[in-house]
Amino acid sequence: MSTTSTNLPSAGPVTASRSFVSRLREGDEIARLLTFLCAASVVLITVLLVFELWRQSALPRHKFGFSFFLTRVWDPIAEQFGALPFIYGTLVTAAVALLLAVPLGIGAAIFLAELAPLRLSDPLQFLIDLLAAVPSVIYGFLGFFIVVPLMREWIEPALKKSLGFLPLFQGPAYGIGFLTAGIVLAIMVIPYIISVSREVLLSVPRDQREAALALGSTRWESTWKVVVPFARTGIMGSIFLALARALGETMAVTMVIGNTPTISASLFSSGYSIAAVIANEFTEATGDLYLQSLIELGLVLFLLTFILNGLARLMMLLTTRRGTGMGNA
Amino acid sequence: MTSRLRWRKLISGFMLTMTGVCALVAVSVLFLILGYLVYNGGTSINWAFFTKLPAPVGETGGGMANAILGSAKLLLLATLIGVPIGFFGGVYLAEFSSTQVAFAVRYAADLLNGAPSIVIGIFAFAVAVHPFGHFSTLAGSFALGLMMIPITLRNTEEFLRAVPRALREGSMALGAGKWTTIVRVVIPAAYRGILTAILLALARVAGETAPLLFTALGNRYWSPGWNQPTASLPVMIYTYALSPYEDWHRQAWAAGLVLLGLILMVNIVARVILSRGIAVPRS
Amino acid sequence: MQASARPALSVNLKPTGIANTSREASAPSSMRMTVSKVNFYYGEKQTLFDVNMNIAQNHVTALIGPSGCGKSTLLRTFNRMHETVRNARLEGEILLDGQNILAQDVTQLRRRVGMVFQRPNPFPKSIFENVAYGPKINGANAPIAEIVEKSLRRAALWDEVKDHLHKSAYELSGGQQQRLCIARGLAVEPEVLLLDEPCSALDPISTAKIEELLVQLKDSCTIAIVTHNMQQAARVSDFTAFLLVGQLVEFNPTPQLFTTPSDPRTEAYITGRFG
Repeated sequence: MSTTSTNLPSAGPVTASRSFVSRLREGDEIARLLTFLCAASVVLITVLLVFELWRQSALPRHKFGFSFFLTRVWDPIAEQFGALPFIYGTLVTAAVALLLAVPLGIGAAIFLAELAPLRLSDPLQFLIDLLAAVPSVIYGFLGFFIVVPLMREWIEPALKKSLGFLPLFQGPAYGIGFLTAGIVLAIMVIPYIISVSREVLLSVPRDQREAALALGSTRWESTWKVVVPFARTGIMGSIFLALARALGETMAVTMVIGNTPTISASLFSSGYSIAAVIANEFTEATGDLYLQSLIELGLVLFLLTFILNGLARLMMLLTTRRGTGMGNA
Repeated sequence: MTSRLRWRKLISGFMLTMTGVCALVAVSVLFLILGYLVYNGGTSINWAFFTKLPAPVGETGGGMANAILGSAKLLLLATLIGVPIGFFGGVYLAEFSSTQVAFAVRYAADLLNGAPSIVIGIFAFAVAVHPFGHFSTLAGSFALGLMMIPITLRNTEEFLRAVPRALREGSMALGAGKWTTIVRVVIPAAYRGILTAILLALARVAGETAPLLFTALGNRYWSPGWNQPTASLPVMIYTYALSPYEDWHRQAWAAGLVLLGLILMVNIVARVILSRGIAVPRS
Repeated sequence: MQASARPALSVNLKPTGIANTSREASAPSSMRMTVSKVNFYYGEKQTLFDVNMNIAQNHVTALIGPSGCGKSTLLRTFNRMHETVRNARLEGEILLDGQNILAQDVTQLRRRVGMVFQRPNPFPKSIFENVAYGPKINGANAPIAEIVEKSLRRAALWDEVKDHLHKSAYELSGGQQQRLCIARGLAVEPEVLLLDEPCSALDPISTAKIEELLVQLKDSCTIAIVTHNMQQAARVSDFTAFLLVGQLVEFNPTPQLFTTPSDPRTEAYITGRFG
């Protein structure tokens, strides 16, 4: 029998007393081994993922080094690959998305946590959870057929007229581009901000709000000056989470951003994002350098989302700890 | 009342109303999405949509039968790949593992979960396409299955942990072994949550497009077996939407409605199952 | 706003079932708050039954009784905090200086009637910002720093924190945090200060400090305190109200209630026959 289990980790409560044979007969050892293999394979897969990303991006890393991130030129024919336009596009669209989604999301979360009775708040939260389940391609699809014409016919001309003195709102406006992509991304990440912020706000101890009210605050003052600050770490966490989501979004962005590697101050300009260029050019990539440059972009994306998710988790950890850290009597 | 107080109350009323507006805007997006899909896609859903293959490029008519079947195959295999690993891994974490191992596994699962789906696609390409030299349903299922693992694992662990110790001890006090206890007592107690988790994982990957772009690719015909590229609903929607053909746009609306309808239904069913069950932590 | 006495209307009541002759003899000339025919409901369930009492100006009034008797509920009606709970309903009349508090603007009322809670609940801000919160939002007619110092002195906390005003409030001990909450409440110069079991989460030394402070405060403030600790009521208060299952059983000057209670139920409670 190859089930030599001496190198399995010891764990679990009640196992030590029964003999090895009886454990074996019950199938416990096999069960532990099998389930361990499954758990271990998760770690293995993840390690393999990072390894493959690293290994398969070796060519551009050696050839371009850090200048990969600073070069504007993306020319497959000349074999010049610079990531700057994609980094720029990713960051700009994410920034636009957050600028729109954060106020809206926190506002909605405040409503759901502080104002709406649970009878209303829970069903509404359910609907918002459904929003989070809508796939990216559907957002992109609707973005393309509904939002883009809207931007082209109404919103962008209006912005041009009123704020056209800013370089942000200059240049030809075709409906696709950074602004539209940012708006679509905003709609996609709002549910994350809302659901996490709402939970954090709901967990703020009642007597914080009551103390504020007892001092003669209006409801808004007690919410904005006491409850929300108390929850600020968790809310920050939700924003990091939303940002991580926005950075990694592929389909919705590629359908409305224009897919041209341009760096432009104008939000009306079409552009590109890291995820979008990978999606579009991966299967067309001729030659190893081309392919591996795309993979290097994937590695960058992975690292960015890894850091952001890690920060988000840290924030959530800090939130739960603080709630109980009320000084020592 | 002083004018200062009057002003403060005015601000209070205004801001609180604005938060209500924010919530309304957020929720109405869902209804707008559904509304547009129903309006534009509802009329295009017909028998042909479900049974016919795509017509040659440029011609009208045809359907998405191959994409529907393709998605079904992809999801079936993905479930077979992802759920057992996630489920049994979760069992290990909840029932057998030490805290250090549990931490490492959970961390890895979170990493995997947080990876953008396009990165998963790259990985699946490197592992399941590149070495074999061709795209395939198998590769697509591999990518989707990978994405199902973390959700299944974390939720299985959580719901199993939530089963009270007393139940386990009761069973073991009757002489049942650990595995018997798990299979006959703990898992049945937690099945609702676990089932919900699997359904939610399924709903999540059903709509994924990016990972399929370089694994299953696409196919204008049927895809026999598991080793050939296959059409899938999300990729069809993507391709058709960006095409210049009106008829394809029409079909894409229909496909979008079908896809979203299915995903939302699975989500609703999953949550209803969960809410009817024992009190366990939300995922 | 002055917290010192302005002659308020003195209202004669007929509290249920209490011999009040001795009380009237030593009654102060002014009642800050008057409670008449108060009934309170959580949804369908009634939790206060026909309560009539008053809070004497510049004195400490204690509300005692076993758990669930409604003393906290009653206290919280005095600054309309019950309105933060959805199904809560109040019937009857509560007058502050002769005006019905239910007819006033609640924000304004809560500035005049302050509250300190059972567990210390400082805001996640610095010590200074905690105390400054009330004056800042309500508008202050003196420099904020002055108000903060004055309030911290009144709460007997100034000397301990004067060099650390910008540290987080959470770095203080439990007893200090509670005194900070008292200072915070005092900063808006309320006419009445309500304290809901303020020492129940504190150690005996902090409790003693706060009791001392309450006795000093009553010269400038009217105080109502809920406590489950009878000895505390006996030490600190001038008047005591004993509640039992939502009814006000007895309301008398403290020495009288504790030595010669007029109701047998009161006697049973204070001699410990039930808790």
